Amino acid sequence: MAREGDLKLLGLVVSPFVVRVRMALSMKGVSYEYIEQDVFNKSELLIRYNPVHKKVPVLIHHGKPICESLAIVEYVDEVWGGGAPPSILPADPYERATARFWATYVDDKLFPAWIGVMKAATEEEKAEKVSQTLAVLLHLEEAFAKCSNGKAFFGGDSVGYLDLALGCNLFWFETLREMFDVELIDEGRTPLLASWAQRFGEAAAVKDLVPNVDKAVEHAKKMRRVFVH
Amino acid sequence: MDHQQEKVQLFGMWASPYVYKVKWALSIKGVEYEYVEEDLWNKSRQLLKHNPVHKKVPVLVYNGKPVAESDVIVQFIDDVWKGHGGRILPEEPHERAMARFWARFVPDKLSPPIWKWFTTAGGEEQDAAHDAAMEQLRVLEEELAHGGNEFFAGDSVGLVDLSLGALAYVIPMYEEIIGERLVIEERFPSLYAWMGRFLAAPPVKDHLPPMEELKLRFRAIREYFVKNA
Repeated sequence: MAREGDLKLLGLVVSPFVVRVRMALSMKGVSYEYIEQDVFNKSELLIRYNPVHKKVPVLIHHGKPICESLAIVEYVDEVWGGGAPPSILPADPYERATARFWATYVDDKLFPAWIGVMKAATEEEKAEKVSQTLAVLLHLEEAFAKCSNGKAFFGGDSVGYLDLALGCNLFWFETLREMFDVELIDEGRTPLLASWAQRFGEAAAVKDLVPNVDKAVEHAKKMRRVFVH
Repeated sequence: MDHQQEKVQLFGMWASPYVYKVKWALSIKGVEYEYVEEDLWNKSRQLLKHNPVHKKVPVLVYNGKPVAESDVIVQFIDDVWKGHGGRILPEEPHERAMARFWARFVPDKLSPPIWKWFTTAGGEEQDAAHDAAMEQLRVLEEELAHGGNEFFAGDSVGLVDLSLGALAYVIPMYEEIIGERLVIEERFPSLYAWMGRFLAAPPVKDHLPPMEELKLRFRAIREYFVKNA
């Protein structure tokens, strides 16, 4: 178990990518020092440890930075692997490839779509982005059917890599529902995802790490003031 | 299990750099496979069945099970043929995380300005793209120089080299077609040397696209973009 001094996480409370990493660390029972960043006024620490992207999350272990949330989750799984804590990535190479494929899909396709809803300048643009998000979620619904094999999570009986990759975005879907009255994961359209989302929200390893929707709404309003013209 | 007896198919297209990335990975491991050339204007039923989400190449089919997305495929190959041929990802977790980070740098930060430079007519906009590309190349140059190795993570071709790899022959082609240099030896000595080493490396040198055909294809692409700007 790492002492607090050895492990630091630079983060932002409302970033789904940071939440993803915090969930992974929590699953492993690892303690760390959490340092909240102001992304509108980046700290020297952030710039020093992630000079290429200047983004959160950044995990700093024994003074060495690890960036990019999915790479961090794999790192956490490898460093604190084996023994009692569950494995985050599946053991089988093909299942691992499938999990990585869909996690990349979440980041490359789902994230830009829902962020587009949040940042939309017009009703038309918003409707288009909602449409895109729903189309992506339909693929993820199919993915759930295949990956879960009738079990509770993408990872099987317990939360795994793909559950984290997708699950960390859920509080933002609630936020968008509150702000714009849009229902992204809906029982009618994506029933498997809807029931998975409920189970994910209640899973012990992750439930205390989901930020308050109010904080996300506040952040979204700030982003819109800065980025939407 | 003797992996050489498992059936491996690669669906590809002769000009796709992502397909070559997978070919080089298979070559590092000494894997025999059946190559299936796809006509992307008339995709086969098999391809659409194996990659319904993206409908793209490359797709690796291992014992009837498809794996899509070149970075996912490369890591799958490294997992399945562990102990055969060379290592594609380093052994140590922090180095693995760095490899994954730098592998994402290519599509996220480096390729976009290079593509922009190549598909924009001469003028201010193209100069700006050229400068942006140089800035990202400088980041890579520093990383390579800092490591002091023949390749990004050591003495043999690995994940980051594979991600960057196609640029070793694409950049010189773009330079010839546009009539402007990008990777000048004096400015990027480590990168320049790496490019030559990469193209001559055993897993790569006999698995390169037909250069004259590729150059014609690129010329046509540039003409198309410049005309339709």
